[in-house]
Amino acid sequence: MADWVEACAVDDIEEEDVIRFDHGGRSFAVYRSPDDEFFATDGYCTHERAHLADGLVMDDIIECPKHNGRFNYKTGQAKGAPVCVNLATYPVRIEAGKVMIQI
Amino acid sequence: MTTAKTKRDYSLVGESTRRAIETGLASAEWYHTDVPRKTMKELMQRSDGPAIRDTIIWLAAIVGSAAGIVWLWGSWWVVPFLFVYGVLYGSSSDSRWHECGHGTAFRTRWMNDAVYHIASFMLMRNPVQWRWSHARHHTDTIIVGRDAEIAVMRPPDLLKAALAFTGILDFRYSLPTLVRQAFGTLSEDEKSYIPEMERHKAVVAARWHMAVYATTIVFAIALRSWIPLVLVGLPRLYGTWHMVMTGLLQHIGLADNVVDHRLNTRTVYMNPISRFIYWNMNYHVEHHMFPMVPYHALPRLHELIKHDLPEPNPSMWHAYREVWPVLLRQLKYEDYYLKRELPPTARPYRGEFHEVDMSAAAE
Ligand code: FES
Repeated sequence: MADWVEACAVDDIEEEDVIRFDHGGRSFAVYRSPDDEFFATDGYCTHERAHLADGLVMDDIIECPKHNGRFNYKTGQAKGAPVCVNLATYPVRIEAGKVMIQI
Repeated sequence: MTTAKTKRDYSLVGESTRRAIETGLASAEWYHTDVPRKTMKELMQRSDGPAIRDTIIWLAAIVGSAAGIVWLWGSWWVVPFLFVYGVLYGSSSDSRWHECGHGTAFRTRWMNDAVYHIASFMLMRNPVQWRWSHARHHTDTIIVGRDAEIAVMRPPDLLKAALAFTGILDFRYSLPTLVRQAFGTLSEDEKSYIPEMERHKAVVAARWHMAVYATTIVFAIALRSWIPLVLVGLPRLYGTWHMVMTGLLQHIGLADNVVDHRLNTRTVYMNPISRFIYWNMNYHVEHHMFPMVPYHALPRLHELIKHDLPEPNPSMWHAYREVWPVLLRQLKYEDYYLKRELPPTARPYRGEFHEVDMSAAAE
């Protein structure tokens, strides 16, 4: 059974931005979309080892900082070379101003 | 961590490759100057405006100079038009290919892709293959046995470097490569960086390129004129010099097998025309450290981090004068390289990654 864990406070992430969250030896990226929704994916790109929290959020896209590979962070879908493998996504809910993710 | 005293093997599936993987040089963690996230986010912001403006100027100049060539063909007045058209087609396409390949030139994806494909065609580069080779170039910049885009290998072949300005060698390599790929064959080196699921796309792209060249040849024969070939294909020969002049400076004579772009990459101040042709890629250390920053924001990034980088060369002439004796010395001692000094405000180089014994070369 997956657990809900607190990733950060809502205000820790700016609008249209992403932060890193490490838990239990794993690393995640937590996003705040331009329309103020929250999402979570695996932290590392599926192409090579670059953390997506250093990347750029544009609308519903996260662009990887290393080779500019793009994913839809809401669905995890890889949007073309050099990323070909989708990103794992995780359910998110907001509880009392905290961003909770189910991992 | 270095390959001192060992012959470099530039194949991507050979001895240097094995060693780079074994020693952790391949896919390593690279040095980055600290930039606050908020500032970096601002610098990374995409917009369509600057690239649309520059692309309109670029395409208008291409069409205008092509019209001049057609109009004045047969007279000496055609020469300046060939000069302009050649550089736009054979040189500035390289920076368009590069920026749009990174997806940073425009905010809108399809605009990046459209210009990327046009520029790839002009350069005789397979757009699929080169997207992957450039990703590798960023992962393993000037790591011998890993980087598919090392322009001048060691010991340097100076004749080859000089001939590069004419485009002949690249033309002789690029066209047969496209033909081979169009027939469905990828080399072992190409397979080492193009994932299996993408290889068929490389073959299809090569076929499209060949189809356009075949059509151009048919036109030339039907019209009994050289003009179609002068406009499509041949500018890769007569207009490539500016790309080579600026591009060689990116890494030539600097360190290899290091994980700090300040050691293997060069920033050179250039005149505004060259910067337009080159789309600010003269800020090359900055680009390699932060490939997410679009070309139009590189001057700002440069101002922000220059305290941590070697002093840029003040001109291309200065950079070539500085590197020439280094190349001559590399003919004899291939481990020799130009180590550019950092200002006192910079974080020092990490010694463990560039401890090459250059004492023999210094004698
Ligand atoms: S590591 Fe993310 S695109 Fe290459």
